[in-house]
Amino acid sequence: MSNNRVSRRQFLGYTLTGVGGFMAAGMLMPMVRFAVDPLLQEKAGGDFILTDQKVADLSEEPVRVDFAFEQVDAWYTSEVTSSAWVYKEGDKLIALSPVCKHLGCTVNWGGDPEHPTQFFCPCHAGRYEKNGKNIAGTPPLGPLDEFAIEDRDGLVALGAVKANTLVK
Amino acid sequence: MLNKLYDWVDERLDITPIWRDIADHEVPEHVNPAHHFSAFVYCFGGLTFFITVIQILSGMFLTMYYVPDIENAWQSVYYLQNEVAFGEIVRGMHHWGSSLVVVMIFLHTLRVFFTGSYKKPRELNWIVGVLLFGVILGLSFTGYLLPWDMKALFATKVGIEIAASVPVIGGAIKVLLAGDSTILGAQTLTRFFAIHVFFLPAALLGLLGAHFIMIRRQGISGPL
Repeated sequence: MSNNRVSRRQFLGYTLTGVGGFMAAGMLMPMVRFAVDPLLQEKAGGDFILTDQKVADLSEEPVRVDFAFEQVDAWYTSEVTSSAWVYKEGDKLIALSPVCKHLGCTVNWGGDPEHPTQFFCPCHAGRYEKNGKNIAGTPPLGPLDEFAIEDRDGLVALGAVKANTLVK
Repeated sequence: MLNKLYDWVDERLDITPIWRDIADHEVPEHVNPAHHFSAFVYCFGGLTFFITVIQILSGMFLTMYYVPDIENAWQSVYYLQNEVAFGEIVRGMHHWGSSLVVVMIFLHTLRVFFTGSYKKPRELNWIVGVLLFGVILGLSFTGYLLPWDMKALFATKVGIEIAASVPVIGGAIKVLLAGDSTILGAQTLTRFFAIHVFFLPAALLGLLGAHFIMIRRQGISGPL
């Protein structure tokens, strides 16, 4: 036995703190896990959506391809329309997300008459090169996101949005 | 009659000292607009509290009609504003009051700053005040989405992107606020509603309590 014996008072203090802490954790844990669930949920994703755009009609010039898909937002499922900027580079198909990396507005190809070969965001005049690279001195801090893209029997199919892989 | 009732309760619970502690305290001459009109600048804190009380009351009544659901939120706001008696008034109180709270809290902060009232021994109360300012801005931000119209939706889109630009944890903040990594929708509305109506008001009341206890213990700062 050591010299610092635990007094009855200390023992009760430790025990009550321990039990109290356990009860508090038992109360808080379910609630915290409940609140952070969206952070930990696995997203299925990865399904390709077939668009009306013929691959043969594509050129080096980005065109806007609209598409619709079923979006599941927790208990609410709805038909959502979205778009992508699609072009060919050699034989490679490229689809860029129109969502500005500054604050999420929608960018247009050649939207600014002074820069007809760039993407332009009307909200704060953010600009991007054709491969999505953000132009220094304009608000966006990163390049436009990229869609996974496939040629399905001559039609463009778009997949999940991922970080831009074209900008080095 | 009322006096008798008071005496009856006081005889049993001795409430007079409590009442005295809360309400009976000296207002120094230099903060009393009746003595020096320019002392009205000392009223902004009280005005902030007064409008906050209006916000809490009008908000409580708004939830009698409002539903935080993306199909019905806008309709319920439209209904309570246009079909319910005095709906325009009650919603108007909450709408205009929200801006007024921010204005008043800002003026109050300026007064505290320019009279140097944040200095020792009142540093902690300044810190609590800054936290209160943050809570009020959070309430404004979360309340803005609830009518679920175009302005609300896109303002929140931009607001969430601003939150997402925080280094390292920005992405997590975005998902925790929106309830989804890409969609701003059904879960965002319910989350914002919960934060607006339960979480932030709870924080607000706790901080306000601390704010008031501290000012009562330390007294109002002296004249310049």
